[in-house]
Amino acid sequence: MFVINCPYCGEREQSEFKAGGEAHIVRPKQPTELSDDQWAEYLFMRKNIKGVQFERWVHTHGCRKWFNMVRDTSNDEIKAVYKMGEKPPTK
Amino acid sequence: MKNKYSFFTLLKNAFSYHENWEKAWKDPEPKKEYEVVIIGGGGHGLATAYYLAKKHNLKNIAVVEKGWIGGGNTGRNTTIIRSNYLWDASAGLYDHALKIWEGLSQELNYNVMFSQRGVMNLAHNLQDVRDLKRRTHANRLNGIDAVYLNTEEVKKFCPIINTSPDIRYPVLGGTLQKRAGTARHDAVAWGYARGADQMGVDIIQNCEVKGIKRNGNEVEGIETTKGFIKTKKIGVVAAGHSSVIANMAGLRLPLESKPLQALVSEPVKPIIDTVVMSNAVHAYVSQSDKGELVIGAGTDDYISYSQKGSHEIVEGTLSAILELYPIFSRMRMLRQWGGIVDICPDASPIISKTTIKGLYFNCGWGTGGFKATPGSGDLFAHTIANDEPHKLNAAFNINRFVSGDLVDEHGAAAVAH
Repeated sequence: MFVINCPYCGEREQSEFKAGGEAHIVRPKQPTELSDDQWAEYLFMRKNIKGVQFERWVHTHGCRKWFNMVRDTSNDEIKAVYKMGEKPPTK
Repeated sequence: MKNKYSFFTLLKNAFSYHENWEKAWKDPEPKKEYEVVIIGGGGHGLATAYYLAKKHNLKNIAVVEKGWIGGGNTGRNTTIIRSNYLWDASAGLYDHALKIWEGLSQELNYNVMFSQRGVMNLAHNLQDVRDLKRRTHANRLNGIDAVYLNTEEVKKFCPIINTSPDIRYPVLGGTLQKRAGTARHDAVAWGYARGADQMGVDIIQNCEVKGIKRNGNEVEGIETTKGFIKTKKIGVVAAGHSSVIANMAGLRLPLESKPLQALVSEPVKPIIDTVVMSNAVHAYVSQSDKGELVIGAGTDDYISYSQKGSHEIVEGTLSAILELYPIFSRMRMLRQWGGIVDICPDASPIISKTTIKGLYFNCGWGTGGFKATPGSGDLFAHTIANDEPHKLNAAFNINRFVSGDLVDEHGAAAVAH
């Protein structure tokens, strides 16, 4: 359990949020032209990183807005939080 | 089997105050080269090595384990064994395991304390009733024992359940698999380790894999904290860390690793002589031979390797337990812990070859891998030895995520695992 700094509401308990998995997976521009392998890659294959990971969260029991988070999955330490559409922090 | 455990060896060792028992397995340094290296010394990995040596006559096998054997999810699960899965592929896989469980203590000459005390799954709404009845029929068609119980029969089988119609999620019925039950999880790892060791398998503990060396599309060996080990075949059975190993080989898997928690109460006198699971409220409970209530909680929804989960998950489980078993209201919890489980999108495992020659994965068991340990080891050994899956694990290949032929047990299995 940890505290998340929602970019819209501020610090709230993690139980108010839902995790949405890996961030920055871009939906294919022309889905009809994808091979089965490319679809599988887009739909199912994940980095599932142990360490610093970029991911999506939603403040389900709050503003209900989606945002991005940089988190170390080995110790659940949150490195950064940023809004959808913003560039991910490089440091 | 040399050094067979028996009443006579017990008696003999009693005279020397049990100080002269031989070690159940050696603690060797890694050799330069092995025919097969298994990454991960949990139940599944050790079982794989055991069956590779026993049924496929391979002699030069190593199991490398970054910690100590059975210290990961093997030692953290709630030890429930059942095979009442809906789909044919899953039923085949899990019942294969259950059949091996039934003779495992004899085969290993090691008491794994397999106890067929039955597993009951509860229905709390009309859809549950329909689903569980359907599953009972599917199980029977697959030759798996299953009966459907009404509320009175549930109460009779496990009298401490609150079957009052006034509770938030009343018990409308349930299924019972009598052949299902529990086993002692450490003993499974230790029994397989001892069996494998006696057939010449090197069990190398405190040896963490740091890299996988490839020559083009073939594996050449592994880099470890104890040096380079050459091998042409690698079987990865690393549970929550499967993706970490896959990333070393430049492979991506359809897995997410999440914390799963369990807890045990203070020990009390025998009060529940079966395993009761409830999908709708996510509560399941059994009692260990020591007298502790063994309670499984759910997974958190975020990826984490921290081996700890959220308090509200435990709170949710315990509130459901209390509603179903008011008798436990003053029980105190003794220990709580987390493990990292690797979950596939269809909540079914992967026992498969990969696109890299000589690299095999046995992963994706998610929250319910313990029950499959013997069958998983047997089928994975077959897959590695023959470079082809056995017919029982053919459906559990990685390619199903490309073909779309998923084994969707989400919500269809007895518990939302």
